[in-house]
Amino acid sequence: MLPASRPLEPASRPPEEVNPLYTLAVWCPDWPVVAASAEAALPPHVPAAVIGSGEVVACSAVARAEGVRRGMRRRAAQGQCPELVVLDYDEVRDARLFEPVAVAVEELAPGIEVVRPGLVVVAAQGPVGYYKSAEQAAERLVDQVAVRVGVEAQVGFADGLFAATLAAHRGLIVPPGRTREFLEPLGVHELDQPAEHREDRAELVDLLRRLGLRTLGAFAAVPERDVATRFGRAAVLAHRLAAGLEERARSRRRPPPELSVTRQLDPPIDRVDAAAFAAKGLAERLHTGLADRGLACTRLGIRATTENGEELHRVWRCADPLTPQGIADRVRWQLDGWLTRARLTAGIHLLRLDPEEVVDATVLQLGLWPGAGQDQGEAAERAARAMVHVQGLLGPDAVLTPVLGGGRGPVERVRLVPWGDERTPAADPDQPWPGQLPAPSPATVFSEPEPVALLDESGADVVVTGYAELVVQPHRIVHAGRTRQVVAWSGPWPVDERWWDEEAAMRGARLQVLGAASDGEELAFLLIRAGGKWAVEGVYD
Amino acid sequence: MSRSATATLTALGVGAAGGLTTAPALALPVRGELAELLPWGGLRRGSTVSVRGSTSLLLALVAEATAEGCWAAFAGLPRCGALAAAELGVAVHRLALVPRPGRDQGEVEKTIAALLDGFDLVAVATPVTPATSRKLSARARHRKAVLLPFAVEWPGADVELTAVPGPWTGLEAGHGVLSTRTVTVQATGRGAAARPRQTRLPLPGTATSRPGPIPLTAPRPTTAEAV
Repeated sequence: MLPASRPLEPASRPPEEVNPLYTLAVWCPDWPVVAASAEAALPPHVPAAVIGSGEVVACSAVARAEGVRRGMRRRAAQGQCPELVVLDYDEVRDARLFEPVAVAVEELAPGIEVVRPGLVVVAAQGPVGYYKSAEQAAERLVDQVAVRVGVEAQVGFADGLFAATLAAHRGLIVPPGRTREFLEPLGVHELDQPAEHREDRAELVDLLRRLGLRTLGAFAAVPERDVATRFGRAAVLAHRLAAGLEERARSRRRPPPELSVTRQLDPPIDRVDAAAFAAKGLAERLHTGLADRGLACTRLGIRATTENGEELHRVWRCADPLTPQGIADRVRWQLDGWLTRARLTAGIHLLRLDPEEVVDATVLQLGLWPGAGQDQGEAAERAARAMVHVQGLLGPDAVLTPVLGGGRGPVERVRLVPWGDERTPAADPDQPWPGQLPAPSPATVFSEPEPVALLDESGADVVVTGYAELVVQPHRIVHAGRTRQVVAWSGPWPVDERWWDEEAAMRGARLQVLGAASDGEELAFLLIRAGGKWAVEGVYD
Repeated sequence: MSRSATATLTALGVGAAGGLTTAPALALPVRGELAELLPWGGLRRGSTVSVRGSTSLLLALVAEATAEGCWAAFAGLPRCGALAAAELGVAVHRLALVPRPGRDQGEVEKTIAALLDGFDLVAVATPVTPATSRKLSARARHRKAVLLPFAVEWPGADVELTAVPGPWTGLEAGHGVLSTRTVTVQATGRGAAARPRQTRLPLPGTATSRPGPIPLTAPRPTTAEAV
């Protein structure tokens, strides 16, 4: 790893600064077939296919060699390969048999998230750090799954869930920051993963192909604005994926804990059918609670406690917001997996669902949740549509909605959130904020403070001492080329923030100043002094 | 009380003569002082009300309507203080900011038109050509939205509100804190709003004190709009 010999590597970056999005995906190829064959005790050399609604959902490698393909009608598949063993598609079985795989991966890499049966992802930072390299981690994981469960798995590394999944399909380790290069030559059909069952993606892929955009690179090269204008919001998300980004920017704040739902199970459940019933009720409660706030869940934490105090926890991740049915399915699959595979010593008596990551439901699925959220009714929906329209014209960051939070100054107390992102405040408004300015706040604020001169009678800069006191009385203020006499002032309010953080630390003072122009017009300013310079933070106009 | 009751009735669409106007809730509610300044007792849907002189006045104007469920969009106001808006009673979760509505006239027009399609109140602080401003006013009329040009030339405005900020109270030489100020708001306009009126608006103030409108002695022609 000599920087001189490998000029392409970001040599200046210290190794610990790995992109938090760098993801490890463990993928079991043809999982529905693997699971079905395992249950039917089918030897691996027998060609097998799983059929759902008359079509091939998945087939084994042997069957594929004989010409069986996904999406083929049953009869056509049997025509290709007469000795084909046909198995019925069963999502519950897939999920139940996948639980041991998830457990095996989790033993080496804690914090896993199940995307669907057959695919597990985990933040790559931990395993890469622990096993010293991605290659080592991949090797250990493949071995572990093979030894513990006897299942073949492939491992991929890349930035983000989508790219990591594609890397796993190919068994590749894409170095951090190289994801875009990796995705570029891949076909645009990769956006439509059959296992995700996304109708809209299939349509989009078809459209892109007809437009001559055949690779992800070609699609990513189209400016986001144009994608939004021509294809709409769903395509913007796909475009982000093609460019090697996450569908949505990650939000750092966790959803409030009161959104979690818990259920005591009395009598404790130890049977699968009882689990399905419990899952349904709980899923509906969780969904109603979320929908009341206009949210939908994209990452679902399922926790169960048995009577003997065993704690079970698993996170399910989903690209699309989960519907009540989607939540219920995942809870049912998970409980099924635990009850049949985890060798519990007692029945489950406490079940808890945590929405680990939420998104704004009203934006994503306007049609499905009419008037969900705090702002019910048609007005909110019309406004939402107009905002999406404007985002289509100008880009997603063009429409902002303010969220008020904690802080001291008028700028830091407001966070401007692009429409569609989660509305969380920048800082907790309920904490005490000593030095917070009292109302009224300036109606005009400068997020980048604008330089201003505050002078004393002799024309010298008004200085603030280390004890946040003014040495001299301010006499005049010069802003935007206009000089005003200072008729009143107040403060300074000391600003001493984040002293523990060398980079974000900020020490200064705020001052309210009322200036009168020569024609008698009065204007009140909020000034801030930082780094020995005065700047206007706001104007009370 | 009687005065505010009249204002509320007008806002609900009950005309001055006691007869019901064509559609209910034709005017969006505004706080008392401003209701008496506007010829319809509120912000009539489809009208263009130009605002100048004070950002606080713009915020105070949309406050009541957003609090009652209307959505407002501010285009071209990158420095709008959302905290001040909240303090003046604006429901900021129903406020959208489009700081840069476009790079050229065509884009700005499209953006504002899109906003007028979905929002009840749309403030515009980006200068546009007289032709565009007329088109947008017509769009607002058609979509039953209220267009609020802010600090820009707008030939087709029905009413023009101009704020003349008064002296601040609360701040002294070296102590105190800014508390309130009284803004004198003058209204001029066309048609029903032709008679100039003015009112004194304490900012930030409560909607409880409601001084009456003061008709000015000499009505000015609409052409002599204050700049």
